[in-house]
Amino acid sequence: MAGSTPASVMTDGGLWADARRRLRGNRAAVAAAVVVVLLVLAALLGPLVSPYALDHVDWTLSPLASPPSLEDAHWFGTDSNGRDLFVRVWSGTQVSLLVALLATAVSVVIGVAWGATAGYVGGRLDGWMMRVVDVLYALPYMFFVIILTVVFGRSLWLIFLAIGAVGWLTMARIVRGQALALRQREFVAAAVTLGLPAHRIIARHIVPNVLGTVIVYATLTVPQVILFESFLSFLGLGVQEPLTSLGRLVAEGALEMETAPWQLLAPSVVLATLLLALNFLGDGLRDALDPRQG
Amino acid sequence: MREQLLKVRGLTVRFPMRREGLIGPRRWLTAVDAVDLEVAAGQSVGIVGESGCGKSTLARAILALVVPQGGTIEWRGQSMRLDDAAALKQMRRELQVVFQDPVGSLDPRMTIGESVAEALLALQGPQAPGAAATRVAASLREVGLDPALATRYPHELSGGQCQRAAIARAIVARPRLLVCDEAVSALDVSVQAQIVNLLDELRQRHGLALLFISHNLAVVRHLCDEVVVLYLGRVVERASREQIFAAPRHPYTRALLAAVPHPDPAQAARTGLVAMREVDAVPQSATAAVPGCAYLPRCPFAESNCRTQAPRLEDAGGGQLIACHRWRELPVAR
Amino acid sequence: MTSDALLAVRDLSVEFATPRGVVRAVREVTLEVRRGECLAIVGESGSGKSQLFLGSFGLLAARGSARGSVRFDGQQLLGADPGPLRSVRGTRVAMVFQDPMNSLTPHLTIGRQLTEVVLDRDLLGPQEARARSLEALRAVRMPDPAARLRQYPHELSGGQRQRAVLAMALMTEPDLIVADEPTTALDVTVQAQVLDVLREARDRGLALVLITHDLGVVAGIADRVAVMYSGRIVESAPVRELFAAPAHPYTAALLRSVPRLDTPLADRLASIEGQPPHPGEERPGCAFAPRCPSAMEACRSSLPRLRSAGDRSVACHLPCAGTAFAP
Repeated sequence: MAGSTPASVMTDGGLWADARRRLRGNRAAVAAAVVVVLLVLAALLGPLVSPYALDHVDWTLSPLASPPSLEDAHWFGTDSNGRDLFVRVWSGTQVSLLVALLATAVSVVIGVAWGATAGYVGGRLDGWMMRVVDVLYALPYMFFVIILTVVFGRSLWLIFLAIGAVGWLTMARIVRGQALALRQREFVAAAVTLGLPAHRIIARHIVPNVLGTVIVYATLTVPQVILFESFLSFLGLGVQEPLTSLGRLVAEGALEMETAPWQLLAPSVVLATLLLALNFLGDGLRDALDPRQG
Repeated sequence: MREQLLKVRGLTVRFPMRREGLIGPRRWLTAVDAVDLEVAAGQSVGIVGESGCGKSTLARAILALVVPQGGTIEWRGQSMRLDDAAALKQMRRELQVVFQDPVGSLDPRMTIGESVAEALLALQGPQAPGAAATRVAASLREVGLDPALATRYPHELSGGQCQRAAIARAIVARPRLLVCDEAVSALDVSVQAQIVNLLDELRQRHGLALLFISHNLAVVRHLCDEVVVLYLGRVVERASREQIFAAPRHPYTRALLAAVPHPDPAQAARTGLVAMREVDAVPQSATAAVPGCAYLPRCPFAESNCRTQAPRLEDAGGGQLIACHRWRELPVAR
Repeated sequence: MTSDALLAVRDLSVEFATPRGVVRAVREVTLEVRRGECLAIVGESGSGKSQLFLGSFGLLAARGSARGSVRFDGQQLLGADPGPLRSVRGTRVAMVFQDPMNSLTPHLTIGRQLTEVVLDRDLLGPQEARARSLEALRAVRMPDPAARLRQYPHELSGGQRQRAVLAMALMTEPDLIVADEPTTALDVTVQAQVLDVLREARDRGLALVLITHDLGVVAGIADRVAVMYSGRIVESAPVRELFAAPAHPYTAALLRSVPRLDTPLADRLASIEGQPPHPGEERPGCAFAPRCPSAMEACRSSLPRLRSAGDRSVACHLPCAGTAFAP
């Protein structure tokens, strides 16, 4: 039936194509997407382009920390140990992105499964599952991660596991809310009358219909994770040598702020740009995937 | 004698409501109150009533979507219990449903071909390669849809086309009884007629039985052999099509029929409502256990007996059942 | 075209700018409503019947625009300044929509919402506002009006809510009420009562525009009927003549396809093939041609214009037999 605004004309390609079109029309989001892609490419290619290795100390410089210059290909300068910042910044970006993506992936997988099941099954199971979420939410997140890293050492895997293991809570709540609403829809009742078991219904009907929301929140989680990892680095609990991350670089750079400002400049600008772009993209995705046509 | 497909006896469905105060007794909303119902093979039974009468809840209980608090449901002689998985599986294959919202009853993320195929596979198990696609196409053709539409999504189709797709999904596994829960109410007038005709055709072609729930009496009259009238969860009258529409006996049935405006200015210009008291001219929600007749507050023929004793269904002759203390005294013709 | 028409719409077109191009929801519609008359606008989805009045009174969604002329009691409404427009809309013209739950604010009592209508516009003082709200509730036959004033919308049933919305419409003693599918969501017994209320209002001199797809409702209350299809008026006539002898094939087919209680049963319902057009669907000739049983070549290529004969008009190259239009 016609909607209240007669904009419900035929489309082709399904709901994703519709969303893609809406996204393309959102210039801020498209620009943000381009920026993200460029940053990712830079992160991957940057270290390859530079003649320097990640932890190569350039003894030719005096002092070791030297500002950006073109002649000796230290385009971002060097840090207090004489290591090229260009390579370090992009390597750090790789690590930050990796941590963020993996941690977000963990949140998504656990959160969607948990939330969709709780929301669809409802009743007592829902009650218990969400009490677990409530309790975990109440734990001091920060202390939890810090204790884990202190006890188990600062491995990369542990970090993203810890972050992801806490990040799934919000995802679970969001997905549960969506699943609750979906449960009332007639196509879910139709699936029940087909005799489909609950897990099939959750997998085939609930999850695909919450994907839109999940994508949006995942995109908005990535910058949160990067920021959190940066914070850990600031506390000295982030990734270990020889790896580095944007957060570590910012932390190190902050120490030298007065004497060698370029050490702070490059990683901060990259970090801020990345976060901004991801947030814009996430907002754009939310608008695009909202099924209500405007 | 045609086979008895569905036999419902004393079906009661209640929903819990908020308690009175913190520790008071829990209140219940009785949506379906001791309803008896039968549908034989090939028969078309209409269930009519207004909002709050419980017809949708009744449909959901029959489809095993809600758990009844009392009564029995038998499918082809076998008692249906929600814990008997095997029996339930067999029933699901033979008892299917078409819902009111054509677009909403199809998963928006699946093409209509996928929706129909899902039904086929769920109800009849894995198919030989290619066989599933053939049967989906055949089902779509049977409901008047071009099989090429199988790749479309629900929001790309009109309401009528979506409802046809929903019907295609319901009949792909060759059910014996189709429950239609307000299946044409959300459609444009010109499309309603098409879908009604389609349902009729399917009935005749496959010997399909119909349980047609609707508030539209004219459509029910066209489509159904038998009509059951519900009021606040109770059956107040049950009769054949001829009996109900030519000679309704229960006061509520009469009021219902009198309230339907005819598309004819000469007839429709009269004041709409006949024989229904204005009191609180809305069905109250069925919360309190009503000792007497549920229709009492609105009934212009009520007497003291009606307040204390709930009327039972009595046979008025020719299979017409009425739940009213005074049906013998009330004038017959409309 | 009489000059004492209360509402005179001339060549009204309503368009929406969408990413896929311009959608013309209403195309050059001309009609009028006289005082004390009930005009029914009949149409299915995509016919533009709702947008016609939303556009007339400046209630279109953001991307919509209206062209043409809409005169209310001589005053031009299209393009009018917001001030004069608001003084007409809501005081002299009231609109009632389909779902009363959407028209009523959930957190305000009925009494508050009724009095707000006149208090906000400084039409009455608080005492008189309250008195009039009781009157309005009585006029719509609301059971126990005094109690209703203190209740919230969710405490009322669907029929009572719709009557509350009608009462709100009556608060300013308007000259015209535009009701868009006012009874569609209601039970048939409640519908009958709401229609009684509307009839009484009409009999008291109120002009009424009833937008609906329900021909039974039309037959029960309308004086004149305009049938819309794909944004245009395809037929208009006094109600009895429309039902007795429809001139446009669409009207005729619609009347035949509606199942009725008072006619003998037929084997099949006479349905119309195909489906109603999407809003804004464009076609060179007559929009109904693809579904019309009597369509000719000319119908597909050239758009039939609205022709009048007496108080009837029809837009068709081949109107039905038995009418003044038949060739």
